[in-house]
Amino acid sequence: MAQIFHPGMKVVSRASIILFVIVVTVLVVVGGAMYRSGYTTNVGNPREQKVPFSHEHHVNGLGISCAYCHTSVEKSAFAGIPPTHTCMTCHSQIWNTAPVLEPVRESYRTGRPLEWIRVHDLPDFAYFNHSIHVNKGVGCETCHGRVDRMPLTWSVNTLHMSWCLDCHRNPEKYVRPKSEIYSMTWKAGTDTAAGRRLVEEYDIHKQQLSDCSICHR
Amino acid sequence: MAYKYHVTEGENVAPLIAPGHDYATITDKISGDVLDRKTPRGMMITLAVSFLFVLVLIGAVSYLFYKGVGIWGINIPVGWGFAIVNLVWWIGIGHAGTLISAILLLLHQHWRNAINRFAEAMTLFAVACAGLFPILHLGRPWLAYWLTPYPNTMEVWPNFRSPLVWDVFAISTYLLVSFMFWFVGLIPDLASMRDRARKRWQKICYGVLAMGWRGSARHWHRYETSYLLLAGLATPLVVSVHSVVSFDFAVGIIPGWHATIFPPYFVAGAIYSGFAMVITLMIPVRKLYHLEDFVTDRHLDFMAKVMLGTGLIVLYGYLSELFFAYYSGSEYEGFMMHNRITGPYGWSYALLILCNGLIPQALWSKRVRLNTLALFLISIVVNVGMWLERFVIVVTSLHRDFLPSSWDMYTPTIWDWATYVGSLGVFVWLMFIFVRVMPMISIFEIKHLLPWKGRIYDTSADAN
Repeated sequence: MAQIFHPGMKVVSRASIILFVIVVTVLVVVGGAMYRSGYTTNVGNPREQKVPFSHEHHVNGLGISCAYCHTSVEKSAFAGIPPTHTCMTCHSQIWNTAPVLEPVRESYRTGRPLEWIRVHDLPDFAYFNHSIHVNKGVGCETCHGRVDRMPLTWSVNTLHMSWCLDCHRNPEKYVRPKSEIYSMTWKAGTDTAAGRRLVEEYDIHKQQLSDCSICHR
Repeated sequence: MAYKYHVTEGENVAPLIAPGHDYATITDKISGDVLDRKTPRGMMITLAVSFLFVLVLIGAVSYLFYKGVGIWGINIPVGWGFAIVNLVWWIGIGHAGTLISAILLLLHQHWRNAINRFAEAMTLFAVACAGLFPILHLGRPWLAYWLTPYPNTMEVWPNFRSPLVWDVFAISTYLLVSFMFWFVGLIPDLASMRDRARKRWQKICYGVLAMGWRGSARHWHRYETSYLLLAGLATPLVVSVHSVVSFDFAVGIIPGWHATIFPPYFVAGAIYSGFAMVITLMIPVRKLYHLEDFVTDRHLDFMAKVMLGTGLIVLYGYLSELFFAYYSGSEYEGFMMHNRITGPYGWSYALLILCNGLIPQALWSKRVRLNTLALFLISIVVNVGMWLERFVIVVTSLHRDFLPSSWDMYTPTIWDWATYVGSLGVFVWLMFIFVRVMPMISIFEIKHLLPWKGRIYDTSADAN
């Protein structure tokens, strides 16, 4: 009776065990890396908008403060996307015939708001409030990065929960003086004593910040 | 180390293997049942009926995934209904396998050789059924993987202080070790099947599974070593798994759950129900496949004795619960016991004592132990009793909690029942498929039971 398995099967069977382990490891590692990469999170991916609005030009070039357009950032959960009126304060006078701004003028004529593609979108089960962050010393730049260098807007952070917790667990590493909230260039010093003082001053209850119900209500 | 021979067979004791068998007839019979024999009609009917129940389970689970756990009878305060009752029941049944394979092996109980394969397979399938329920019980079952600690972008870990997380580890470890034990034990037999199979696809299937077993002295040496090591690994699991399951209750502060007796009482109950299930399944399978030569009445007698012994420990648990409800002087413990016996679910407690405490006492009689039909019926009664025990623990403890304003009744719905009988269907179906395609008795191990001038060869002496 002929053998069903050739002696070479020994190599095949052993190799298959090793290969199985390798394939599973690679799948897990690559899957995890993909999940964390810009491919999934869109970090560093400039979003095409109907109107190619440049934060770089408006913030860096013209020196307009964040809150000039995002008016409700200090008072409400939502920082606010400016109404077309805000654009038209300047653009009824300058670049008022530029073809690239036609959608803005059209919105102004028809009263239909401009449609922007959201760059930062938190899931609905996370309760997030801009005003509390801004009023407790979290600068715009801490989360949104150097928007003064973004010709088109992209996100610089993943918005993963682990990223939120980085600061919620150690706010002293991130909080800044209130005068620097809108600054694009403020840097935390190497010593955290100043940060700890600010945490005290802002009355931030650090031990509460990682409670589930702080963000999931 | 020289081989050791034990004199274990007395003159007037029935042998563990019927007379007239030798190495060849054993292999012929057990492998032939799988390879050559036409599937018995009773087998086909059981497979068909059990598959019907598999479909019932698929239906019930699909509807559950579509609608959510609201289709079950659970409410607040009875948030743990059939799902947890069934989980504990199935896990308990799964305990016989490891006990028979590992502990009886280490204790040199050679009679286990006739039933260990079957009991281990039963363990695997019971644990698989058990594992289903906590996942179904989750509000969002697709997030069940959150129970495992893995590096995630949320930077949250399971709550390691929660017994529910210990459960995940206990049950998955148990499943893994039971599977390895079962599979390693199968390898020499799979090689026999490979060598005896006539069809090419059978040869290839059994051949791949046999992993190149050639039966050389070195193979046997390694086999014996690894089998003993696995037995050593599995032994603490027999005790630990159901202890951890009992912590699900005992760590909670509900009267009726918060008791130190729980771990040993659960472990005894698990072995009790496990042996009951082995007997329930073994008796019809033995009949269908005419295995009376290998699974003798003496085996059933042994199993009945284990059942009687563990049953007494369980009864002691019930009595201890009663005693401490009185002796603790705790108002809540006392009320819990009073409510358990005379409350709206009093019938379940009465039935529980009848099934688990009173009827099995018939096993004191040798005539009953040797009467296959009586033993079969008692084993079913014990299975029912052990299920009722979990029902009593889960439901009667919860439905009257500390606040009378939150008291409520739990009534299982058709979907609770469908999921339960569906899991029974899956279990029986898998069991019978196993019997159909694998040697259900360990061919090489049962050969050690052959009388050899009135003595039997002690395999475990090799490693000593």
